[in-house]
Amino acid sequence: MDLKELYQEIILDHGKNPRNLGKFENFNKDAEGYNPLCGDKVHVYLKLNEDKEIEDISFEGHGCAISMASASIMTELMKDKKNSEVKEILNDFLDMIKQSPELKSQLIKEDEKTKLMSLSGVKRYPMRVKCATIAWHALASAMNYKKDENNSEKFI
Amino acid sequence: MSLKDIKKQFPIFSNKIQNNDLVYLDSANSSQKPQIVVDRIYDFYTKEFSNVGRSIHYLAVAATNLYENTRTLVQKYINAKDKNEIVFTKGATEAINLVANTFGQKYLKKGDEVLLTELEHHSNYVPWHYLRKSKGVKIKFAEMDENGDVTLETIEKNITDKTKIIAITHLSNVTGAILPVKEITKLAHSKNIPVLIDGCQGAPHLKLDMQDLDCDFYAISCHKMYGPTGLGILYAKKKWLEELPPYQGGGGMIREVKKEGITFGELPNKYEAGTMATAQVIAFGESIKFINKIGIENIEKHERELTVYGEEVLRKNNSVKLIGNPKDKGSVLSFTLDGVHPHDIATILDEDGVAIRAGHHCCQILHEKLGLSATARASLGVYNTKEDLDQLNESLNKCKKIFS
Repeated sequence: MDLKELYQEIILDHGKNPRNLGKFENFNKDAEGYNPLCGDKVHVYLKLNEDKEIEDISFEGHGCAISMASASIMTELMKDKKNSEVKEILNDFLDMIKQSPELKSQLIKEDEKTKLMSLSGVKRYPMRVKCATIAWHALASAMNYKKDENNSEKFI
Repeated sequence: MSLKDIKKQFPIFSNKIQNNDLVYLDSANSSQKPQIVVDRIYDFYTKEFSNVGRSIHYLAVAATNLYENTRTLVQKYINAKDKNEIVFTKGATEAINLVANTFGQKYLKKGDEVLLTELEHHSNYVPWHYLRKSKGVKIKFAEMDENGDVTLETIEKNITDKTKIIAITHLSNVTGAILPVKEITKLAHSKNIPVLIDGCQGAPHLKLDMQDLDCDFYAISCHKMYGPTGLGILYAKKKWLEELPPYQGGGGMIREVKKEGITFGELPNKYEAGTMATAQVIAFGESIKFINKIGIENIEKHERELTVYGEEVLRKNNSVKLIGNPKDKGSVLSFTLDGVHPHDIATILDEDGVAIRAGHHCCQILHEKLGLSATARASLGVYNTKEDLDQLNESLNKCKKIFS
């Protein structure tokens, strides 16, 4: 693994041209992720319907290529997902970043897996893991997932 | 001692870091340690260890003498009038907390003002913030100008009849600005206001003379001065150390303890409660000797030349924007690189063995003023060379290439 693995084309592309960037008007849930180490912020906006499905999602923020790309890829992936799906994908992604060599969820399509796996380069850079997960933690807060007390990286 | 081969005195530079030669540009954060300092810690623990100031056996007496020798070395290094004006703390942070706490407790009340600057490190803001919470003290920030400087005039403008203490940095760890601390102290004293100087970045790079500077308090971080971690120094004029209440209570700082009450020890014991960082203090004596051997004037000259060279190199690089262009600048080069976030810069540089810092450098107020969430910072020490700065520039070009 080297820098090329960390800064793959997908990450550079999403980092430079983030998708779903900017607040939209009729959001009804939002939350901010913050990295006190560097001061980076990612604010996630959601429009949830009555069944807690994500009808629309966007983010605002400033940060490094990894955090911007991760937020961008996440918002692309989560649009139109049901509550249970969001939870499953979120846990699967965080598990992959933390320890698992692969993504296990059947809900994630192959091309989406490729995008998400492009963020796995941070595993070699422990100080950068937070960059890859900041948007995902903001999403978890916006979705009101409570943290499992025995596993702070797992949302239930 | 010649500066040419100075890297050889630092064992870390003879090791490969992730298969690279180390280009260490993070000395404002913490400096590397020369062999003699490392050896002194080892020798003390293996041959001479004892607690100090308590027992009367041979080792205890010898260790106490070594410990007090460092106090004298520090006194001479900063030209303090009295050796008891040197208080050892766990860091510069604790030194500032000590003053904020004791001075605040005795002299500050609701509505009183503490004057800081926008340049301050969190360690010279947060301790004062507690007084805002507990006592209703007001904190004012003297503004930083577009060059990253805080001028004497700006300080003067911010002084009111409610200003009770001025606490300012000697040298900004972000813009590199060296403040006119002597003039500020003179001005403050003309209005009967004491001055605390955060000397974390001043002490390792500039010649200090407490009697000439005349400040009331000066905080020093030993690990930034080629010394061990876990150790700081508070210089305080004797009258303050006598007047102010003790900071922490415990063994070593008392004279007599009874169920009805306690009397406190003489200086400097009054402020050194509990077992101190004995090995670190003794090893720090070697750091001072190391600096003295080279001469702080020579270190300053070397670092100033390198700073000018570094600025030249970075200015030629069109994508780099230097942060801060103060009148008098210390060896700190903060910058941004077009289209690349500082954290990405730091990671890419690290791959070449170039260690810099990226982020807000514990100065969020300053970064808010700059309108930046983060900057990259290369900071220099005695061991740095022009080649290090060339390597920095080369690695920055690599960042540009990856992000182009």
